[in-house]
Amino acid sequence: MSLTFTLDGKSIPFAEGQTIIQAAQAAGVFIPHLCYHPEFKPHGSCKLCTVKVNGRHTASCTMRAAAGMVVESETEEINAERRALTQMLFVEGNHFCPSCEQSGNCQLQATAYHLGMMSPHYDHFFPNRAVDASHPDFLLDFNRCILCSLCVRASRDVDGKNVFALSGRGIKTHLIVNARSGQLGDTDFTPADKAAQVCPVGVILRKRRGFAVPIGERQYDKAPISETANDNC
Amino acid sequence: MALDAMHAEAVAGVVDRVVARYRRDPANMVQILREIQEDCDWIPPEAIDRLQATLGVPRTKIEGVAGFYAFFYTQPRGKYRVLFSDNITDRMLGNKAMMDRLCNNLWVERGKVSEDGLVSVAQTACTGLCDQGPALLVNNLAIGGLTAERIDYIAELIRGKVPLADWPAEFFQVADNIRRADILLTADFEPGAALLAARARAPDQGLLASNMRSWREGLPSGIGGPAATLDEIKRANLRGRGGAGFTTGLKWEACRNAPLKAGQQRIVVCNADEGEPGTFKDRVLLSTFPDLVFEGMTVAAYAVGATRGFVYLRGEYRYLLDGLNAVLARRRREKLLGHDILDIPGADFDIEIHVGAGAYVCGEESALIESLEGKRGTPRNRPPFPVTNGYLDQPTIVNNVETFAAAALIALNGGEWYAGIGTRQSAGTKILSVSGDCEWPGLYEYPFGVSVRQVLADCGAVDTQAVQVSGPSGICVAADEFDRIIGFEDIPTAGAFTVFNQTRDMFQVARNYVHFFQHESCGFCTPCRVGTSLLKNLMDKLHRGAGSPYDFAEIEKLNQLLQSMSHCGLGHTACNPVLDTIAKFRPYYDKRMMQKDFTPAFDLDRALGAARQMTGRDDPHAHLATEHGGQA
Repeated sequence: MSLTFTLDGKSIPFAEGQTIIQAAQAAGVFIPHLCYHPEFKPHGSCKLCTVKVNGRHTASCTMRAAAGMVVESETEEINAERRALTQMLFVEGNHFCPSCEQSGNCQLQATAYHLGMMSPHYDHFFPNRAVDASHPDFLLDFNRCILCSLCVRASRDVDGKNVFALSGRGIKTHLIVNARSGQLGDTDFTPADKAAQVCPVGVILRKRRGFAVPIGERQYDKAPISETANDNC
Repeated sequence: MALDAMHAEAVAGVVDRVVARYRRDPANMVQILREIQEDCDWIPPEAIDRLQATLGVPRTKIEGVAGFYAFFYTQPRGKYRVLFSDNITDRMLGNKAMMDRLCNNLWVERGKVSEDGLVSVAQTACTGLCDQGPALLVNNLAIGGLTAERIDYIAELIRGKVPLADWPAEFFQVADNIRRADILLTADFEPGAALLAARARAPDQGLLASNMRSWREGLPSGIGGPAATLDEIKRANLRGRGGAGFTTGLKWEACRNAPLKAGQQRIVVCNADEGEPGTFKDRVLLSTFPDLVFEGMTVAAYAVGATRGFVYLRGEYRYLLDGLNAVLARRRREKLLGHDILDIPGADFDIEIHVGAGAYVCGEESALIESLEGKRGTPRNRPPFPVTNGYLDQPTIVNNVETFAAAALIALNGGEWYAGIGTRQSAGTKILSVSGDCEWPGLYEYPFGVSVRQVLADCGAVDTQAVQVSGPSGICVAADEFDRIIGFEDIPTAGAFTVFNQTRDMFQVARNYVHFFQHESCGFCTPCRVGTSLLKNLMDKLHRGAGSPYDFAEIEKLNQLLQSMSHCGLGHTACNPVLDTIAKFRPYYDKRMMQKDFTPAFDLDRALGAARQMTGRDDPHAHLATEHGGQA
């Protein structure tokens, strides 16, 4: 007999060891997420993928599925909480979608659309974050960092390089690179790195490729994230 | 040689000595960084260069750790680094005036380094001297009982560049202030007695075999020795003293039953990261009753079959380290630690002390373990729990200082004796750290079941408005609840008991606590990282008199979000002080909601503050009259 749990009333099969989000994705059910990526160890920090398991809030990317679990995801209450988290991420950094190269390819933007976020709601923090253009092929725009640590994990676990890490604490947490100068140009980062491909927002940008695909024809311009998420992440 | 090269060489010498002492093990990163800073006054880039080379770890990892802990400095902070404790009790005792006085004396701006690079003056969270505040730390050495005279003297010593070792010894004297003692604080205890009692409790048959096995690979159930000790702990109905109150016997049993992989061992950790504002009992237990605590840890090791132990001592208690290490050395000489303890073959257990570096979140057990492993103190995803996958993935128990002290007495006197003290659901005694508005602040040990009213009477508190029990993450008790009792069945507590009389503004109390949580959020998860900052901004807005019912509703919404979405207990409890004071002391909030309608947080006049400071002006013409009562 196969193992199942229910997600918003629907029966979801799962294999031993699978997390809730893995099983849901395999069954074609979308759960919003930002720091989760199927190729990397779950981190559980953005909390966008929070669901209620038997009435208790928990991150679906770190919680293993168990037979008979009753999981709620697409409820008014949970989506309102997710929307608030998205708003928090928007005001924490400096996100100006109309001028951002990643507009249309950005998971934060697409998730905000998915959740029906109509305004940032909270007061902006307007942090002062410098841009790093020292690398010949890449630009780092820290203004958009949401601290998902996907580049950290990709560089460490796939590239074996540790180009990126998080430093600081609390609201001062920030991304750093592996060089005494603090400049990406002084690291061994290359376009072939996995870390160069995983940023869900617009921090790690390839130079000389800006707006190669016109706005309007980008990934989430064509279909909402809930329909495309299973294709690539 | 150029000055830079000489400096780099000197720093490399320091780094090499420290790294060698820690066996070139990156798992000791926090300790390595701490000791480098003790020698260099900060962690210069040259030190990180050298660490990178000698430890073979990436720079990002070192900088990631160094950047996490409040007491690590990757920018120079002066030869003398003064941090004023900013707990609410310090504020009530006038720490602000003390700090201003020192800043004026030294001609230094708060939070900045003096122009000659000699000294910096800033604030830090509660340093655990609430019963003898206001207090400060200078290079992590505690000085309490601050007065204007003492501040002036300190300024003189700093200006004269007098080494800390030559400062008056009485500055650094920390009093125990034991006001009421019960079984723990009167323990007339012969080191080794509890271990001998635990050993004697094992049945004669197979004593040796069982002991050897216990310490080496854990015992199959049913064999005497450790099982008998564990039974006593269970019989005692001992529950954790760190606040959560988990049943100690169950935790120990789960660790003991956890399978070991090849090369693994079981670990006993004593959580002495006493960071909850208003709590200071562990400071006294460790300074005056260290044998009781270490013996409790050894009893635990015996019961679960552990061979390695740690004490995680909060950075604010760095000054206790040398004394504690001396006690450990004595216990090794007395065969109470080390190999073949009490000459029992195979009974091996030793304890090392790790010192924290200013991170409240490391009191959460999985964050504590991360810190012990030399990492950023971020709470782990659970499950798995530490009892199966703790320090370096090994089965680990983490217990509070007071829990271990109680365990030693239980091993000595038996579980039944202990269970007879306190109430049915809460066995034993609890040490309360009493501070705030009372005549005799200090430690009060009571059998569980004592009423708040009784404690207030004993500590000489009059006209009491409220008591914050168990610190900001605990509960705020109002006058109509003073007959409630301390115990897991009513008010559980890690020990803080902060008294506020009728003159105190409970909104300011809550605001102080909100600032504390914002400062201590580890930043890992979105709701706590951003939510505590938003909450702080809203409380500050109310404080400035620019609040409206809209802001009040926002605060309530944030509270809910933090509770439901946060990663760990810090985020879950960050709103407790606000929720409690709203429910019980609403008028303090109401009087701050000056406007009926929404008021923008942006205050043009306030934003001009920087310009006023630069031009040295503060006259009426340098201010704007704002529509919504923005204050001049």
